[in-house]
Amino acid sequence: MREVVIAGIGMTPVGEHWDISLRSLAYRAIRAARQDAGGLQPQALYLGNFLAIDSSHQANLACLIADNAGLGGIEAMTVEAADASGAAAFHVGYLAVASGLVDVALVVGVEKYTDALGPEQESAVAQAMDYDYEVMQGLTLAAQAALVMQRYLYEYRPPREAFAAFPLLAHANAVTNPYAMYRRAVTPEAYARAEIIADPLRLLDMAPYADGAAAVVLTTPERVRDLPHPLVAVRGSIGAIDTLALHDRPDPLAFEAAYHSVQRACEMAGIAPGEVDLFELDDAFSIYAVLSLEAAGFAERGQGWRLAEQEALGLRGRLPILTLGGSKARGNPLGATGVYQVVEAALQLRGEAGANQVPHARRALVQNLAGPASSAFTHVLERYAV
Amino acid sequence: MEIPRHWRLRQQRYALVGEVCPHCEEKIFPPRDVCPYCGNEAKTQFTFSGRGTVFSFTTLTEAPAGFEQTAPYTVALVKLEEGPVVTAQLTDLGDRPVEIGMPVEMVTRKIRAEDEERGVIIYGYKFRPVLTETQ
Repeated sequence: MREVVIAGIGMTPVGEHWDISLRSLAYRAIRAARQDAGGLQPQALYLGNFLAIDSSHQANLACLIADNAGLGGIEAMTVEAADASGAAAFHVGYLAVASGLVDVALVVGVEKYTDALGPEQESAVAQAMDYDYEVMQGLTLAAQAALVMQRYLYEYRPPREAFAAFPLLAHANAVTNPYAMYRRAVTPEAYARAEIIADPLRLLDMAPYADGAAAVVLTTPERVRDLPHPLVAVRGSIGAIDTLALHDRPDPLAFEAAYHSVQRACEMAGIAPGEVDLFELDDAFSIYAVLSLEAAGFAERGQGWRLAEQEALGLRGRLPILTLGGSKARGNPLGATGVYQVVEAALQLRGEAGANQVPHARRALVQNLAGPASSAFTHVLERYAV
Repeated sequence: MEIPRHWRLRQQRYALVGEVCPHCEEKIFPPRDVCPYCGNEAKTQFTFSGRGTVFSFTTLTEAPAGFEQTAPYTVALVKLEEGPVVTAQLTDLGDRPVEIGMPVEMVTRKIRAEDEERGVIIYGYKFRPVLTETQ
């Protein structure tokens, strides 16, 4: 397979973009990424999106997005894996370029969460779960995370307030990210006082769903020798599934898909999971951040929350996570999240993360989950050395 | 309205009909085409007893569309005595606090109204605490 690099990156601020359409939101990210890549002409566009068929009544969205961006005639398709759609689209873009069939691929993640409201949108997002046997029982993604968290508290007995460290870290890092939805810190007191969404899950345990678009241009290194910024190589990219329904797992606290995708992506890159300078994990819910750390092998089972206690996860810790605010504070644009994570990791590896820069960041692990890791995609990205 | 979809699930919803694998004898619910334990095709019906214990639970305050009238409600992972775990609402709780390990049994209840104007109501399984015998 050919060497693949990220030649350009782009994103919009995450938030409630009432005045911007689905197509225009995507275009803003595409324009930025193409400019950053020196104007390379893409031959294919792979789109990550979760809700548009339901909430925006739009199928064949990749066709619309490419068409609206003036990319008539190219190959375009939507890749769907619920809230891991962005990472799935990135994976497909990687495969296309690595295979030799496509020389320049554009990967776009876009979500217009605010096109529908309230209980309707809660139902749309719930479709990430088994419709017949979970959704029909009144389960939501937040309630599902609460079931996992309740069981974790029962089995491992961590202090309830230990989970505060994850939203606190995310918010602290988002203060200096101009693309983040919530650029303000939160206090332990605010966490303790936060409204209960589904006991024991509180409002601040849950990443807020929002609108956003992010894009990357993938190509081979020899096509982009003269760009004014460093390139980022894709050294590994692997997806894995678990059971779709949480109840079908022998052990719902083991994120098996997350484990397998990390192991195989690192094997592909020829590294051990510990040999990375940062880990952009999926913090859709604080408990999922904890379980992702455990699944990747950074902590023993039941001990993931202790990493935050030891301040290992900050920008200057030994394993920085959520370096630009994660889904909790950057905002969670669902099917676009996986592309935001890649763009953020690329900023770190290019040394362009500003106040959020992880010192000497050379290699990053990036992981996006669908629901409770029903699907997991993990990528290993590395600053490209000529 | 999705009548065929709900009709197809009537045995599961009303009677917890799953499968027993003819190859490895593991009990399976919800039904699957391939046994997750041995990888062979599983097609032999098996009716579960409806008895189990609470494996995890939560109470929702923000309900999705179709469940607004029921909110707040408690959803649990219930471990059936035959092995499988199901997602289901708990009912008839009264003032009783829910605990992990609490014995529960299946009952048939209204799940949600699908189409209010036409009066279509979907029924299915929920679980209630096992009534303790009085002395």
